[in-house]
Amino acid sequence: MEPLTDHTGRVLPLRRSDVDTDQIIPSRFCRRLTKTGYADGLFARWREADDFVLNDPARAGGSVLVAGPNFATGSSREHAVWALRDWGIAAVLAPSFGDIFRRNALKNGLLAVQLPDAVVSGLLDAADRDPGFLVTVDLVACEVRWDGGRQAFEVDPRARRLLLDGQDDIAVTLADGDRIAAYERGRPHWLPVFGAARAG
Amino acid sequence: MSEPRTLVEKIWDAHRIPSGSDGPDLLYVDAHLVHEATSAQAFDGLRLAGRKVRRPDLTLAVEDHNVPTDSLSITDPISVEQVARLRGNCAEHGIELFPHGDARQGIVHVVGPELGAIQPGMTVVCGDSHTSTHGAFGALAFGVGTSDVEHVLATQTLPMPRPRTMAVEFTGTLPPDVTAKDLMLALLAEIGANGARGHVLEYRGAAIRGLSMESRMTLCNLSIEAGARAGMVAPDEVTFEYLATRPRRPAGTDWDEALAHWSTLHTDPGAVFDRTVTLEVGALSPVVTWGTNPGQAVPLSQAVPDPARFTDAAERAAARRALEYMALEPGTRMRDIEVDTVFLGSCTNGRIEDLRAAAAVLRGRVLAPSVRMLVVPGSMQVRDQAEREGLHEVFRAAGAEWRLSGCSMCLGMNADRLSGPRRCASTSNRNYEGRQGDTARTHLVSPAVAAATAVAGRLAAPADLS
Ligand code: SF4
Repeated sequence: MEPLTDHTGRVLPLRRSDVDTDQIIPSRFCRRLTKTGYADGLFARWREADDFVLNDPARAGGSVLVAGPNFATGSSREHAVWALRDWGIAAVLAPSFGDIFRRNALKNGLLAVQLPDAVVSGLLDAADRDPGFLVTVDLVACEVRWDGGRQAFEVDPRARRLLLDGQDDIAVTLADGDRIAAYERGRPHWLPVFGAARAG
Repeated sequence: MSEPRTLVEKIWDAHRIPSGSDGPDLLYVDAHLVHEATSAQAFDGLRLAGRKVRRPDLTLAVEDHNVPTDSLSITDPISVEQVARLRGNCAEHGIELFPHGDARQGIVHVVGPELGAIQPGMTVVCGDSHTSTHGAFGALAFGVGTSDVEHVLATQTLPMPRPRTMAVEFTGTLPPDVTAKDLMLALLAEIGANGARGHVLEYRGAAIRGLSMESRMTLCNLSIEAGARAGMVAPDEVTFEYLATRPRRPAGTDWDEALAHWSTLHTDPGAVFDRTVTLEVGALSPVVTWGTNPGQAVPLSQAVPDPARFTDAAERAAARRALEYMALEPGTRMRDIEVDTVFLGSCTNGRIEDLRAAAAVLRGRVLAPSVRMLVVPGSMQVRDQAEREGLHEVFRAAGAEWRLSGCSMCLGMNADRLSGPRRCASTSNRNYEGRQGDTARTHLVSPAVAAATAVAGRLAAPADLS
């Protein structure tokens, strides 16, 4: 992956809590075998309403989604991340996230950043007033900045380092291959195995 | 004496590989379960990078999300393609697969346990959020996305920070008509759909000890609906007895060795959890959902709540939206809500005990004329067992459809999708907007309530039937 240090973009305010991944991308769009090409499925059901934020022409090109608490709860489908990214969303800011989604997001370079409730409310209000409202998410400084404000955030240190360096997650783990092999030699022999390795 | 530890800490410590870099520990994965809907892109990633599956012998694949449950032949072109891809990937990498039509096929979270391949103290990972189900065996089991599936295929590990722990203490005695499903819906209503975010839950208390393995799986399955990373129950005689007859348990002297180890897997007295919640279960009654997340639930005896009464602004807004989607008025008695579809199945409530509970209600009764009911066993083994007990005849005589195994109507990904504004009483785990079909409305219920509802044509408990 290309190294990723920061992103600046206009805010798309999504004033809803507990947005589940079935809303972000309904399962019928998750039947493809690729990792790209999911933009058509993003919020497919909600986009049928004309007043949905992604349909607002004044906000076209917005790339920082700001949402209520417990964003992307539910299903583990990574398609939710792929759909957001394919639509052009580079960062999601919310008071809290579904755990699996946050992991998936960072693995794909989508900056899922947890901010205090009051900060998210302030950003939503500012974006409501001004469709051109800009926010910068800075992974180097670990802070979110906007005209007149800034807020520090925490991010998983390994995910951060991988993004900043553009490193491959699996390659980093495989560098510990000897340690993994040593661990494997000490596993109890009666643990279950599958397939051809099974005796009888 | 070593420090007292919780169950999850013991399993964590036994699977922890300190990383040579400054990153978090690697967690070794004992069993990696794979299905057709979240794995194709992971195998592609391996291929692109020229990598192999490190431990095909610790990997098991099934076809469940996207298979038909009314026919042994797959005709939908996309399903055909997905399944063909999984079969190709398994053949290429030497992975054991239970394909559609195999006697051992079923929903991934039903199949692993019934084989006896999920054992206390193991770590289990699958590209599916309801992997938490396997925690019923005292295993640490959690769902991951496709990138992590690829990571596990390539390395058999996951870099993970140590999870926070939360004790869920159930106090009191469970009334006889209250099931594991009701227990969890009550907990979700209490702590909310986000109430356990980031934690591994350990379910504790005498009420848990009295539950069968099937019920414990229902309990742990729904952990994810509280936002938890995983849920678990410490193993005991019930666990060991369940495993003793399973084909893939350790055999002979291995069994004794395993049993000795499993018997140490419990939270030590004095061990500290990061959080504790307590729920008194003695006064519970059957619980059903009224909204569009599993925490929006009330006892069946109550009415649709008034959003104006929620003190939290976000909850109030969510409740208003939910009622609009569900087409429900505040104050409507839950028992007055009419349904046209009943779905009995899924990894939450598609096991033999669930089918028995529903059949006991349906025996000698027929469905309301307006109701369509699908009975979808959690696995082909469950289906077989049910047929040996004659349950299929009870379902058919009542007017229900007796189907093959798969995820079916749980997620609206396959042909068993609701079209139009149907209202469904479902034993599955998610009542999200559009989950069972674009405009479908879902009420989550236990198997016994599902069966009674099918007869009454409106939400009902078995005791309501004359
Ligand atoms: S039955 Fe439903 S919840 Fe369970 S694995 Fe299948 S789709 Fe997921």
